Amino acid sequence: MHLILFVFFAGFCLAGAINLLLQTHPINSALSLIVVMTSLAVLYLLLGAEFLAAAQIIVYAGAVMVLFTFVVMLLNAGREERTLGSRAARSVGFPAVVVILAVLATVILRAQGLGSAHLGQGLTNAPDKSNLVVLSQVLFHELLLPFEVTSVLILIAILGAVALARLEGGDERTAAK
Amino acid sequence: MSDLIFKNYLWLAAIPLLPFCGFLFNGIVGSRLPKGVVTTVALLAPLLSFALVVRDAIALYGGGPAFPSPYVETCPFPWISVGALHIDFSFVLDQLSLVMLLVVTGVGFLIHIYSVGYMAHEEGYARYFSFLNLFLFFMTVLVLAGNVLLMFVGWEGVGLASYLLIGFYFQRKSAVDAGKKAFIVNRIGDFGFLIGIFLLLGNFGTLTFSQIASKLAANPAWQGGILTAICLCLLFGATGKSAQLPLYIWLPDAMEGPTPVSALIHAATMVTAGVYMIARTHVLFDHAPFALGVVALVGAATALFAATIGLVQNDIKRVLAYSTISQLGYMFLGCGVAAYSAAIFHLVTHAFFKALLFLAAGSVIHAIGGEQDLRKMGGLRTKLPVTFWTMTIAVFTIAGFPPLAAFFSKDAILYAAFLQGTYGKCLWFIGLVTALLTSLYMFRLWYLTFLGEPRTKDAHPHESPWSMRAPLVILGLLSICGGWIGLEHFGVFLAPAAGALHLETKIPHLELYLSIAAVLVALEGWLIADKYYRRKTERPAQLAAAVPTGYKLLANKYYVDEIYGAAIVKPLLAVSKYLLGWVVDTAILGGLAWLLAGIASLAGMILQRWQSGNLRSYAAWLALGAAVVLLFVLLHGSSFDFAVAVRH
Amino acid sequence: MSFLQNDVPLSWYLLLSAALFALGIVGFLIKRNLITVFMSIELMLNAVNLSFVTFACQWNAVKGQIFVFFVMMVAAAEAAVGLAIIIAVFRVRATLSVDRIDLMKL
Repeated sequence: MHLILFVFFAGFCLAGAINLLLQTHPINSALSLIVVMTSLAVLYLLLGAEFLAAAQIIVYAGAVMVLFTFVVMLLNAGREERTLGSRAARSVGFPAVVVILAVLATVILRAQGLGSAHLGQGLTNAPDKSNLVVLSQVLFHELLLPFEVTSVLILIAILGAVALARLEGGDERTAAK
Repeated sequence: MSDLIFKNYLWLAAIPLLPFCGFLFNGIVGSRLPKGVVTTVALLAPLLSFALVVRDAIALYGGGPAFPSPYVETCPFPWISVGALHIDFSFVLDQLSLVMLLVVTGVGFLIHIYSVGYMAHEEGYARYFSFLNLFLFFMTVLVLAGNVLLMFVGWEGVGLASYLLIGFYFQRKSAVDAGKKAFIVNRIGDFGFLIGIFLLLGNFGTLTFSQIASKLAANPAWQGGILTAICLCLLFGATGKSAQLPLYIWLPDAMEGPTPVSALIHAATMVTAGVYMIARTHVLFDHAPFALGVVALVGAATALFAATIGLVQNDIKRVLAYSTISQLGYMFLGCGVAAYSAAIFHLVTHAFFKALLFLAAGSVIHAIGGEQDLRKMGGLRTKLPVTFWTMTIAVFTIAGFPPLAAFFSKDAILYAAFLQGTYGKCLWFIGLVTALLTSLYMFRLWYLTFLGEPRTKDAHPHESPWSMRAPLVILGLLSICGGWIGLEHFGVFLAPAAGALHLETKIPHLELYLSIAAVLVALEGWLIADKYYRRKTERPAQLAAAVPTGYKLLANKYYVDEIYGAAIVKPLLAVSKYLLGWVVDTAILGGLAWLLAGIASLAGMILQRWQSGNLRSYAAWLALGAAVVLLFVLLHGSSFDFAVAVRH
Repeated sequence: MSFLQNDVPLSWYLLLSAALFALGIVGFLIKRNLITVFMSIELMLNAVNLSFVTFACQWNAVKGQIFVFFVMMVAAAEAAVGLAIIIAVFRVRATLSVDRIDLMKL
């Protein structure tokens, strides 16, 4: 069961990612990315991270991607045009990507001691506590400070976003053609 | 020895240092002080040096407390100490350096006195005296030096002082050019000297005179070969400094300097440094007979050569300059026949009468307002009595009349030359002919300057002040009695330092006959001069017209300067301009600089393409960097230790 | 291996993560729209999140999952600010093409 689910949703991930690359209109890419996010949420569920699955859907797919879509529509981004490419990107970048992938794959396949996941796995050896309880216990006891700091971080991000994106009256930065 | 150094009883180091202090004082603050102070300081230095030399002479050889002879003073701080090579600042006082020092400081002091009067109205009074003291410093260093290198320091230094003083009237282009010519020609000779020093160092391992002498004494069979090479190189240096063929060309031009300078440097002391050097290193020359022969030949040839040119010169100082070159040739001849004491004897007497000649000429020039052309002088006998009588003494001396000084010394040289086999007899004959010419041109000068009808523009020639007349008188007296010591006593005195004279012959009274021959020759010269320049004064012009090419050749100094210019100077300038200027400077060095700049800008142009601002290319290079890091960790990751992930 | 088994080797999850990461880099390299490039970055972040969760499962470590939580928060903040910058750039340059925005200043 686990295997079937894994194969199915991993396929969705890969398909979505490849589609993101192949599409020319950014809105299509955004929708593909949403597919990827959602599939990843299911994979988190399979790995026993239920809270994270929910957070993934709520935060990533539900907020970040919506933000992306809003911006695409706000800026009226059209299809990509063919412009002067960068030769370095192709001649240097692609081999680099291949190398990175190869190295990672080598490390992963050679690694010993990697176990396997099965459904309903718990995070502790004591099966009576659920994953969520364990996670919240650690989060709100040991890591309370980082948690609160994160909220401050988000506040700052809001401020920054507002400051950067608003239109100022009498702005001299006219759009250069 | 050490307690002598510490007691410093003879104070050898003070002999050069006193004039050096005079140089510093007058050079730095002299121009701002009144003339009296400058004069006092400038005269005090040579006077004290002379007094010190006299005191040292009496101490060493006057029968007083026992000092070792030669007396050596060494500075406790080493100069060069590299491996097996040790060269120190060491001063040596022996008979040879003592004689030379007496001449240098004594005649130098007299000329300092003379300069006070001569330069009284000139600009740069303090500068003049500071240079003169500087010259004394270097000359005494040269004479006192105990090794070849220190002597070379003095050698170069007197060349510098000579340059400074020849170009004293630096606003005159001819004076400046003459100074440069003197220095450069001296430098060419110094190159030979340096080669000689290097060869000496390589073959003897030491430059100290006493050590070289002892090494040669230990190997009496070592003759010729490398020693000849060393001696020829040293001779080349001596020809530069002492104005012999082929490097004499600077001395006539050096007459651009003030007359006392010509007297001191270019007559009495500096130009004799070459003779002194050969006498100092005579042990080397004794072991290289071929080089000695070359020395004698150079001396005799120069003597004759210069005498012929002096015959037709019209500038009074030029005549004296060529006369100096000729007399120096005699000294070289004396050295070349291994009669070093005779050469030094002539050096001493020559210092007296040549300085006197120059100073008297200066007095004449001063009297008639700066005129130096013989054709515009005359009839000064009654107007300048002291000058006339002292110059007369000098003229008779140089001609070689007994019992004046040069008779003894010149005869000594000619006698020594005659005894050296057939080669020597030829040299003797050349010397005799030169004596005739010497007498001739000196009497010509005498007649044209003092006798006959006045041809001067200035109708009121006035006698010089006493500061100028007193040295003339003293030098006149010295010219009269300077030779009375006689060659035998002089030779015996100098023998430990300059080698013994071997003047034995089987012919009785040979010396007497040769002396009579020399006197007859001198008389003949006087009679010829009398005929042409007193009684039939139109004849010289007729003779010149009769042999125009010959006259022009002599009057233009055999065109030697022009030959040197075309053969040496022009090619040198061409090489400098084309080879060194274009090829080396512009092409190679300039090209090198251009290349370096080109590389830098080329690198800049390449790197500039990298900073394109293009996001994707930046990302590509980032990915490459990440790939490299990952590869590195993969391949060498075992050398890092990763902490195992903590189990919760 | 039967299709119905319950165990999936964790290396497969890691391989998937690596593949997604590589695809993210490729997207960064070949896409010309600024927003799409940004989306590729988000893809890379998600790939890393997946590997974190995998290792958390491997070692029963809840801190791995907490880290993912924080990554998500930061990514959200970063997305907001980044998109604001993109809007500002668009206002000045009037283009979203990555190749046109290469002055390295506004």
